[in-house]
Amino acid sequence: MTEVKQDFVKFEQVDKSYDGEFLVVKGLDLDIAQGEFLTLLGPSGSGKTTTLMMLAGFETPTNGEIYLDGNPISNIPPYKRGIGMVFQNYALFPHLSVYENLAFPLKVRKTPEEIINEKIKQTLAMVSLSDFSNRMPAQLSGGQQQRVAVARSLVFDPQLVLMDEPLGALDKNLRESMQYELKHIHESLGVTVVYVTHDQSEALTMSNRIAVFNDGYIQQLSNPNDLYETPVNSFVAEFIGENNTITGTVKEISGNRAKVEADTGETVIANPIAVSSVGEKTKMSLRPERVSINPSDLENKFEATVKEIIYHGDHTRVRVNILNDDQFILKIPNSNDEIKLNVEDKVQLGWSGHDCRALDF
Amino acid sequence: MNNPIRTSDGELLSVKLKKAESNKRNIAFLLVMPLLLFILVAYILPISQMLQRSVDNTQMNSLLSETYKVIQDWNGEELPPEEVTKVFYNELKYLAENKLHGKIAVRLNYEKGGFSSLIKKTVRKLDSFDENENILDQFIKVHKRWADIDYWLALKRATVPYHFRKYLASFDMIQDFDGSIKRLEEKKRINVTLWLRTIFVALGVTFCCFLLAYPIAYLLSVLPTRYSNILMICVLLPFWTSLLVRTSSWMVLLQTQGVLNDILVSLNLVSDDNRLELMYNMTGTFIAMTQILLPFMVLPLFSVMKTIQPSLMKAATSMGSTPFNAFRKIYFPLTYPGISAGSILVFVLAIGYYITPALVGGSKGTLISNRIAYHMQSTLDWSYATAMATILLVAVLIVYYIYNKVVGIDNMRLG
Repeated sequence: MTEVKQDFVKFEQVDKSYDGEFLVVKGLDLDIAQGEFLTLLGPSGSGKTTTLMMLAGFETPTNGEIYLDGNPISNIPPYKRGIGMVFQNYALFPHLSVYENLAFPLKVRKTPEEIINEKIKQTLAMVSLSDFSNRMPAQLSGGQQQRVAVARSLVFDPQLVLMDEPLGALDKNLRESMQYELKHIHESLGVTVVYVTHDQSEALTMSNRIAVFNDGYIQQLSNPNDLYETPVNSFVAEFIGENNTITGTVKEISGNRAKVEADTGETVIANPIAVSSVGEKTKMSLRPERVSINPSDLENKFEATVKEIIYHGDHTRVRVNILNDDQFILKIPNSNDEIKLNVEDKVQLGWSGHDCRALDF
Repeated sequence: MNNPIRTSDGELLSVKLKKAESNKRNIAFLLVMPLLLFILVAYILPISQMLQRSVDNTQMNSLLSETYKVIQDWNGEELPPEEVTKVFYNELKYLAENKLHGKIAVRLNYEKGGFSSLIKKTVRKLDSFDENENILDQFIKVHKRWADIDYWLALKRATVPYHFRKYLASFDMIQDFDGSIKRLEEKKRINVTLWLRTIFVALGVTFCCFLLAYPIAYLLSVLPTRYSNILMICVLLPFWTSLLVRTSSWMVLLQTQGVLNDILVSLNLVSDDNRLELMYNMTGTFIAMTQILLPFMVLPLFSVMKTIQPSLMKAATSMGSTPFNAFRKIYFPLTYPGISAGSILVFVLAIGYYITPALVGGSKGTLISNRIAYHMQSTLDWSYATAMATILLVAVLIVYYIYNKVVGIDNMRLG
């Protein structure tokens, strides 16, 4: 088995500025392994698309260098990079049929006609559009167009495929089924994929690793599980999934246990992740599903008032007022032994100190 | 089995639906009615009038209506029989008494030179005719030209109610006495040159407009709105200036002692006694018409280019195509609807252009439209003018037809 290159794509201290005053991407260091599905996730304006465009060659880094398979590529024009790309609006050539769209990258490479036919047949079969090769793009549904765009980016066997919010224009159901389809294509081909999205559930579903962008920096780079369970700062905690935030001041730290005085005066036991000294302000992050009702033996126990109950099918969301915060959310799975709650009920809520992560303020 | 569906008041649903739809159709028709009337009065009627006038010969036909009836049966191989000449004599006599013979003299002279004096001399001698003798012999006695069968043939041709001699004349051709169609003698040929020049100028101006408009339209479509608005105003500025002002400003620029020549002389690119002839020839017509018609090419191109997603070019380059190839294979074909719409617009406008060639064209730069105007205003030969106008109309219709076959009228986008 050949060794997997850990730095198949390498960003080294890359800066990017459009106007010479404001840096959109700041000192970016990022290694992408061969065969990896890496997602760049972040709100709009966070620098994720700029990063992708620099990799594709449509933008040049202001500073630093990007390496592809060990070679610097900043001075190589996009058409010589051999990178496949899928665009948000599909970018299918409207005057060419599906077949001609797929043949375009192959004809540019002067591939013989028989091989073109063979490749297109295979690729269309992969996205289950074998019968559509003579259609024009306008005759296809959004999902079909997207699959053609994916097929077109893969048909010339690129080592690296970039996807810029490719599912953004699809409806929810189609988006979810396309997520799985893309994931399976990635697994079966072993191609390296760099994927840009602002949809965190999409990122969590598909990726090997996720780089969360904000403000031109990567805030956290880790696998989906760690990203959700152990966010390293409050931006990531709030951006990924649902999150309850309790603000307070650190009173005591010993190992992975800290006593924090909440703004309302109560003492909360927390896990010190991004705080190191007594007296620091902190935002504590707590996932809604880590909160239990009427707990028996948890470090943190407080009384709460139920404000709102929303039925969600597989679970119920309950909004409560606790520690003088009425935006506190908990999720209760809908099972047989459900607890009957009514609005304005008083309940005891509790959580473990380990799940309550004290992050930067 | 299958009961027809009824509405709540018991009527058949299908009947009611038809009623509702026919109401809608009637209202729609009423709404377009004013436009239809306007088109009928201001467009269809004048054009059919024009078509009719170009072939109309009813004046001559009514003045010599009896002669026309009998002369049509004459075979034209030997001199006409007595019944024809007798009828003609009677009608000529009637015209002479009412002083109307001048009209037919002029008209007959078109058909055959010398006819005018022949008629006048004959009319003077009409009183001496003896109606019981052979009329033809007496005609010949008055003037020996009556013995020439060509004059009788000319008379036969000149009395038909409809004729196409103006159409032939528009192409420098005439119908000979034996009915064959031949070209005019070389020094009289003028129209064919003008037709060819008109087509050449129209095609050339269209092409120049395309070359100049394509980059402008592209720039307009990619610039941020702030700048593209300013550029758009520059493109549209000529529209807000009178055509006459623009053309005369070109005259100021292009004349031998004009601005352009002065600059070239002061830069020593051209010697003072060898100034460029930029006006009163084809060059002037070309330059001025291209500038004036440019917006008609820019606007359709721009409206098409604006709808082309920038990501298409990116997609093409990401697939390994050089920017030039991506332009050639992707961008350019996508602008075809704009190119064809702009081209047909400019071509149709250019082929009938009048003021600019009249002012800056001189004698070497005038087009067929100037010829039409000349016949309308100076020679007052309206049937000649309308025949040429009709040919122009047909030419444009042919262009539309070909365009529809090649591109499809549905693909045209004007903005």
